[in-house]
Amino acid sequence: MITLNVNNKNYEVDVDPNMPLLWAIRDVIGLTGTKYGCGVAQCGACTVHLDSEAVRSCVTRVSRAEGQKITTIEGLSENNDHPLQIAWNELSVPQCGYCHSGQLMSAAVLLRENPNPTDEDIDDAMAGNICRCGTYLRIRKAIHLAANMQKNGNTKG
Amino acid sequence: MKQPSEIKSPNILSVKKVLVISLMLCCIVIIASAFKQKINSPGIAIAVNIANDDSATSAQAFLQVYSVLMSPRCMNCHPAGNRPLQGDDNHIHTMNVQRGKDGKGLYALKCSNCHQAENTAGLHTPPGNPKWQLPPADMKMVFQGKSAHDLALQIMDYNRNGHKNKEQLLEHARDTLVKAGWNMGGDRTPPPLAYDDFVKAWDTWINNGGYAPPAK
Repeated sequence: MITLNVNNKNYEVDVDPNMPLLWAIRDVIGLTGTKYGCGVAQCGACTVHLDSEAVRSCVTRVSRAEGQKITTIEGLSENNDHPLQIAWNELSVPQCGYCHSGQLMSAAVLLRENPNPTDEDIDDAMAGNICRCGTYLRIRKAIHLAANMQKNGNTKG
Repeated sequence: MKQPSEIKSPNILSVKKVLVISLMLCCIVIIASAFKQKINSPGIAIAVNIANDDSATSAQAFLQVYSVLMSPRCMNCHPAGNRPLQGDDNHIHTMNVQRGKDGKGLYALKCSNCHQAENTAGLHTPPGNPKWQLPPADMKMVFQGKSAHDLALQIMDYNRNGHKNKEQLLEHARDTLVKAGWNMGGDRTPPPLAYDDFVKAWDTWINNGGYAPPAK
């Protein structure tokens, strides 16, 4: 039995330690906000935070996550009110939406480490998250909007 | 009774002998120090034992080392720019991955976000190692585009080799990340020398003076 701490809650899971963390999160624990995209760490749809870093859960083994703090899109904020979530909503960023939990988790690391990112900083942080609908320009705009919200200490654009 | 000149004569001869011997010793010291300066000239910062020097053997061994360092398994993480390379064709790493200050990537694209402690099974999956990273921004240790001459000088230069002395350089060939270059998984071509032969060539190069092949 392996204990996984996901979104500040402990789960006892009876799985192979080599199982991809994504399977444990989705199929065993039942948190399906994190998506399966490519399965080989190429697209970013499966991004979750492992001790605050944006790892690709499709290639991260359960054994690596044991004893660490896992955060999924469901745990990014208490009430879906992270500045990024609000900005995403205000600008209607998603089209089909499939990649956007991964996009948000990656963007959250960017804003934590660089509260005032330039377009280039955003490209450096987000180029590993692929969006087949091509919403990249709205993603960039929403990250700037969220950065302004953080800077102004409020959650309104 | 002896004349004063007869008494002084042997002393004058002795003084001349002493002067000649001193002059010869000075010449020997000057010649020896000239060799010492040559060995410690800029670019070859590691003090070596002259008795063990064999510049031809050393430089020849480095050419074998160089063939490994130029292989994609080594050079892809020692790029000329700030982006790692990928594949046997040394193409720029997809996803706009950047070196970052510490050589471990930036923001949501840090090396260990995809590269695990071990290789991930399957084709085109990320190879892994617990130490996976590029050289840091303040000591890039570039391999890409370097001639054998320039790269040998760079590696032997304490101020350009990650501040490694002779012992640390010898140890570096045994580093687990270096060794991982021979086990990257997938269809990645290994370096052209077997790992043990690489270590042997590396040791031969350094233990014989760390000489650079001639510049072309």
